[in-house]
Amino acid sequence: MADTLLDIRGLKTWFKTDDGMVRAVDGVDLHIDRGETVGVVGESGCGKTVTARSVLKLIDMPPGRFEGGQILWQGRDLIPLDQDEMNKIRAREIAIVFQEPMTSLNPVYTVGDQIAEVIALHQKLNRKQAMEGAAEMLRLVNIPNAQRRVHDYPHQFSGGMRQRVMIAMALSCQPKLLIADEPTTALDVTIQAQILELMQEMKERFGMAIMLITHAMGVVAETCQRVTVMYAGKVVEEAPVEALFGNPRHPYTQGLIRSIPRVDRAAEKKQRLEAIPGTVPSLLEPPPGCRFADRCKYVTDICVRGMPPLKEVGPGHYVRCVL
Amino acid sequence: MNRQYLMRRVLIALPSLLGISIVLFTVLAMAPGDPFEELATNPNIPPEVRLALRAKFGLDDPIWSRYLHWLFAMLHGDWGFSFVSRVNVDTLILQRLPTTLIVIGSSQLLAILVALPIGVLAATRPYSLFDQIANTFAFVGFSLPPFFTGLLLILVFSVQLDWLPFVYRADISATGWQFYWEHIKQSIMPVMVLGLFQGASLVRYVRSSVLDVIRLDYVTTARSKGIGERKVITKHVVRNAMIPVVTLVALQMPIVFGGAIVTEQIFRVPGIGSLLISAMLANDTPVVMAVTFVFAALVVLCNLIADILYGWLDPRIAFR
Amino acid sequence: MAGLTPASLSAEAPVAPAAVVETRKKARFSPWQEAWRRFRRHRLALVSGIVLLLIVTAILIGPLLWRLPINEIDFGSKLEGPTWAHPFGTDDLGQDVLARLLYGGRISLAVGFAAMLVAITVGVLVGALAGMSSGYVDAILMWLADLFLSLPQLPLLLLLIYLFRDALKTAFGPEGGVFALIVVVIGGLRWMPAARLVRAQFLSLREKEFVEAARALGASKPRQVIRHILPNALGPVIVAGTIDVAAAIIAESTLSFLGLGFPPDIPTWGRVLFDAKDYLDIAPHWALFPGAAIFFTVLAINFIGDGLRDALDPRRVI
Repeated sequence: MADTLLDIRGLKTWFKTDDGMVRAVDGVDLHIDRGETVGVVGESGCGKTVTARSVLKLIDMPPGRFEGGQILWQGRDLIPLDQDEMNKIRAREIAIVFQEPMTSLNPVYTVGDQIAEVIALHQKLNRKQAMEGAAEMLRLVNIPNAQRRVHDYPHQFSGGMRQRVMIAMALSCQPKLLIADEPTTALDVTIQAQILELMQEMKERFGMAIMLITHAMGVVAETCQRVTVMYAGKVVEEAPVEALFGNPRHPYTQGLIRSIPRVDRAAEKKQRLEAIPGTVPSLLEPPPGCRFADRCKYVTDICVRGMPPLKEVGPGHYVRCVL
Repeated sequence: MNRQYLMRRVLIALPSLLGISIVLFTVLAMAPGDPFEELATNPNIPPEVRLALRAKFGLDDPIWSRYLHWLFAMLHGDWGFSFVSRVNVDTLILQRLPTTLIVIGSSQLLAILVALPIGVLAATRPYSLFDQIANTFAFVGFSLPPFFTGLLLILVFSVQLDWLPFVYRADISATGWQFYWEHIKQSIMPVMVLGLFQGASLVRYVRSSVLDVIRLDYVTTARSKGIGERKVITKHVVRNAMIPVVTLVALQMPIVFGGAIVTEQIFRVPGIGSLLISAMLANDTPVVMAVTFVFAALVVLCNLIADILYGWLDPRIAFR
Repeated sequence: MAGLTPASLSAEAPVAPAAVVETRKKARFSPWQEAWRRFRRHRLALVSGIVLLLIVTAILIGPLLWRLPINEIDFGSKLEGPTWAHPFGTDDLGQDVLARLLYGGRISLAVGFAAMLVAITVGVLVGALAGMSSGYVDAILMWLADLFLSLPQLPLLLLLIYLFRDALKTAFGPEGGVFALIVVVIGGLRWMPAARLVRAQFLSLREKEFVEAARALGASKPRQVIRHILPNALGPVIVAGTIDVAAAIIAESTLSFLGLGFPPDIPTWGRVLFDAKDYLDIAPHWALFPGAAIFFTVLAINFIGDGLRDALDPRRVI
């Protein structure tokens, strides 16, 4: 475990609702080393966003609560920390970029103001210096006319540009880890590529690690070194990227990979797009066995009786399946 | 905030004013009876004067020409003559307008100063004890009609405790600090009645607005920047939450004016509200018309101010 | 798939997926039952409902049980505080305050509800009209709504009463005329919120799928309106209606308190306060009871309105 930045062990983030306890994240292990890009994939509702937000403790704690586990940041557990201590870590050590650029920026403050706010806070600069820093960050993310646009409001930027601003804001204090929660899902395809490229550039420049959360397998294949696959609040497979795509062991992972539309195959054999039948189970009172059981082609009795443990099937390759 | 927006809002205000004047004039014109019949029974007014007045007001002309005459006269500052008080109406109104404005202004200020912190605090601790108590007090506050609150305050502070005078006197003979102190003492109750009534409904609006804003994505972004919850609330949330509240305060102005009229009656404050009532009881039509128009104009002015404030607070608006 | 071997030796075909996991089925209530369930959780609203019921009952059957006349003058017992003979005391003419309040309550509440009906009816009609048509008609109606919203209510109310009171008195009699005037004016100045709500519903639902489906099936416009669109607007309109009742009661009381409402011999709650306000020092009970009556009625209605809002248009925080 050389240089492990983030080590999530058995994290359980549950939510109290009128209908019962929703186990959004139910025993998740994840780790990210310095400088690597780890993809976290899964369908909507599998717990990836909750995991990401749990790291920075951005979950509303009245309905949400940590039911167990640890979030170790450079060896230090973040869960017992209070808000003041968390604030020292936010933006400075770990930064996050959200999915919806259209609503993630405060509409009444200029873009420069919002970036400068972070800079001024963590680097103890005065306002003028912070604004200059903000302009610099905008330049860095390739926003043309940065010097002038620093005084513009978010609504004066397009979606793609707003996401760049978010990235600029997240990186302004050069954090060691960037959590990107579906950063391109809300953007056009052409812009998606630009944003991913930008993130890669920034990563190389600052040497930071990235937790890339997405449901697009194609993106993962291109940008990540390792991949964690989540389903219904649990990790079902984890592997280096080549191993995952070359030899996916969990039926869910196989389903995900097979459901990627492929232009070349379709032209050859006129295959139908494969989808995984069924829907994600309710996280309210999950069944005792494997949660993918009701959608799995290879389900057996053992699968239903108890949760299979995560077992190693190759170097760095773990699967939660009895197969 | 840009000039164009400002100009546009002012230009919109004018037709509103015009529209209101038409409504008021139409109402008057449709009213049965001669607005000057009172004068017919008044022995001090010789019949020739009454006929001359009728001619002057063109009471026998078609309605649109009467309206234009009236409008013209109003714009020229010729608001008519009050037979009851024997002065020009505009003098009468200008004499009493400042008092009304001061009472309304200070009460609104009080309302905002009280409602803002309470509303924000209640919203940041939803369903807590503080929130429930604040909510209940808010309900009590705006369910108590201002006239009743006024009477209660008089009962407690003037009758029982004898701390505050309950009749407003504009002619206080003291000087210097004593003068101001006396003025403040007699203004406390009317201002409090109005302020607390408005403040009560504001608390709920502020709370509701803050609750709406606090769930939004950019608030989570702000938290993720590590700036601290307090700053997140005061800098990011409040500024956005105030935008709809500002509009609301302006939209409530018509109601506030109603409360002001009642308050002036109870405490005998010499403002235009009590003027309206006494004019009605004395059948002094020119005054009634003029005061109603002034109130309407004030409402339009408040809406204009609200629009401007809105444009200033929310940078998205001016760019439409 | 390489390396795939079923763990269980007896496994053949996969077990039917449906039987494996049971989904938790929640009982499905109708929207109205759901609303009632939510309303029930609002304790203050429930208590207020009971209080309001008591007040209304008292007003309706009270005068039948408490038989003291409202205008029996008895100088011998004037300005007395609460006693067994006069639970709410007497006024300056020795009249029984309780009897007067019970009688006046009928008027005050009747004005409240009638004004609300006027406001809601006009509002729904205007809103539906504006929502169904677009362009000119809609723009004009909304401009009218804005205009009305800018009118200062109390001054205008006073003005209209001042101007039309006599005429209506001769037409409908003193009480009827004033009642009609007050109800129409108060209601007529409060139609705007309901109109906006209904119009908003129309605008948002007009293009929604189920309305298009109905249209495709040949449903005529009125049918679309009545069956599909209006029911959705019902919730917010009901809430607005509750607020209207409270506001109308306050408006009528205010008018009467200023001496410009109903004729002096009709003891609406505001009117009793008008008479009582000069006797605060020697007979505070005379003002406290009618004031409390207005306060508790309006408070109850406001709490009920809040409960209804939560029930029909829930926006839970947690």
